[in-house]
Amino acid sequence: MFVAWRDLRFAKGRFALMATVIVLITLLVGLLSGLTAGLGQQNISAITGLPADQIAFQAPSGGQKLSYSNSTVTEEQWLEWSKVPGVARSEPLGIITTKATAGDKSIGVSAFGVQPGSRLAPDGGKVDGRSVVLSAAAADDLGLVPGGTLSLAGQELEVSTVQGDASFSHTPVIWISLDMWQKIAPRSGVRPAATVIALTTTSAVDLAAGDQAAGTKTVSTKDSLSAIGSYTSENGSLQLMRGFLFAISALVIGAFFTVWTIQRSGDVAVLKALGAATATLLKDALGQAVVLLVGGTLIGTSIAAVVGALVSGSAVPFLLTPASILLPAVVLVLLGALGAALAIRRITSVDPLTALGGVR
Amino acid sequence: MSLILTDITLTYPDGDTRLTALDNVGLEVPRGCLTAVIGPSGSGKSSLLAVAATLIRPDSGTVTIDGTPTTRLSRAELTNLRRKSIGIVFQQPNLLPSLTAAEQLQVMAQIDGRQPSKARARAMELLDAVGMARYGGRRPHQLSGGQRQRINIARALMNNPTVLLVDEPTSALDHERGAAVIDLIARLTHEQSTATVLVTHDHTHLTTADQSIEVHDGRIRRTDTLATGKP
Repeated sequence: MFVAWRDLRFAKGRFALMATVIVLITLLVGLLSGLTAGLGQQNISAITGLPADQIAFQAPSGGQKLSYSNSTVTEEQWLEWSKVPGVARSEPLGIITTKATAGDKSIGVSAFGVQPGSRLAPDGGKVDGRSVVLSAAAADDLGLVPGGTLSLAGQELEVSTVQGDASFSHTPVIWISLDMWQKIAPRSGVRPAATVIALTTTSAVDLAAGDQAAGTKTVSTKDSLSAIGSYTSENGSLQLMRGFLFAISALVIGAFFTVWTIQRSGDVAVLKALGAATATLLKDALGQAVVLLVGGTLIGTSIAAVVGALVSGSAVPFLLTPASILLPAVVLVLLGALGAALAIRRITSVDPLTALGGVR
Repeated sequence: MSLILTDITLTYPDGDTRLTALDNVGLEVPRGCLTAVIGPSGSGKSSLLAVAATLIRPDSGTVTIDGTPTTRLSRAELTNLRRKSIGIVFQQPNLLPSLTAAEQLQVMAQIDGRQPSKARARAMELLDAVGMARYGGRRPHQLSGGQRQRINIARALMNNPTVLLVDEPTSALDHERGAAVIDLIARLTHEQSTATVLVTHDHTHLTTADQSIEVHDGRIRRTDTLATGKP
């Protein structure tokens, strides 16, 4: 790194320009990652927070995909699942998006119907035919505190407690009794028992046999997230943008180091003629690229973290976690190093003979 | 002998045929001897130097550096040999723009796997030997052409080579500065005891050399023992 460090200091302008590009790309990727995670959280936190490891859906027909919005399960299916060996708990969960009103405030909410005392709700003991549990966002938006009342699909209900930050498909969650859910849920033919069945299983469970017996389709809680329509489309678009940014950053860094390597191919020829091993020169050049990448990424990530911290808690759905901020930074460094490595490999083809005879 | 070239033939592709740059050339240079290679443009001087520097493999013949025949050495082994035993003074100084004068020398320690900081004393000693001790902190663009060429010479000596190959070092200098550079090379050849080959087209430099060879059309036309008569 003897020459590399001095090149960094000597060609300050060029490297500062490149570092600025890296900072800006990192900032953009960091903000996009935080936003993706924040939006994702608003979509899925109610499901990922469920104390269950499997979700049983109504078996889709006609090649349809699993969907929380299309699934309805019956009481028989739920009871069938509770008899399957290896199922520690089988609990019905009803999901419906509806309107909640408190005074002059009205918001869209996801009403999650659970049995009174169910572990699925943050405080299931406080959910019954007249009482509901509100997530913090729902309580904030409606301006309610425990003891307050709200109207949900024409039913007057009392807030027993405000707990958790569960959100589903960008709407805050209100935990209601399953009976209440069954009253307000749309029905076609058979009265639905719930939307899905939340299962807590042991390793001994045979899910395929359970599905066959109950006529359901069971997937892990994590895999069930793809059954949330808004999450799949939104997350897919944002991840595509993030992927393009990663690719662009690798290309930009590769292009910079290609030009830089061509510019200094004369110096490389001289060093080779003087006896420098190609491996030493490659190590030097790659080290220089990594210094630039790590420096730029560190600054960009820090700015993204500061911006994220400032907007967290506001209306912007930004989630600031090590995974949402540091992971993209690591990926950027790795991809940038790959781009630089491809660019500097031309060092291997520089002929030291060109240093002789005034060829330069 | 530190540098022995035996029956060297080198050809280049030239359309459908091959052009003979060196035709059965032989040369022996002992340590402490400055050998001037003279000849017109295109005579094969630079090819001779490139072969001696192990930068080109000849079609036939053997280059022996410090008793080591280089014919069968791998590219990595040749690089190692260049690093340890051969110093090259380029026609243009070819200094690295980001390094100071002292660092141009210290980088030789780095490519040899040593700590550049520990080579600082040796670098300053050599800068002093070429009259550049005062300019150790200057970068190439802050130096004159003659000063840059002196750094070029000092750099070539940094790893204590036994063979010093000098490629027309005065081509970009006026006569006075050119003569000073040649005198410096002659003095360092004797002080550092290197087997030095000086490629030049300027006959006035012959008076400073210990022996001279004249190359024409890839062949050695004449070998003379000159000034000091050392060899």
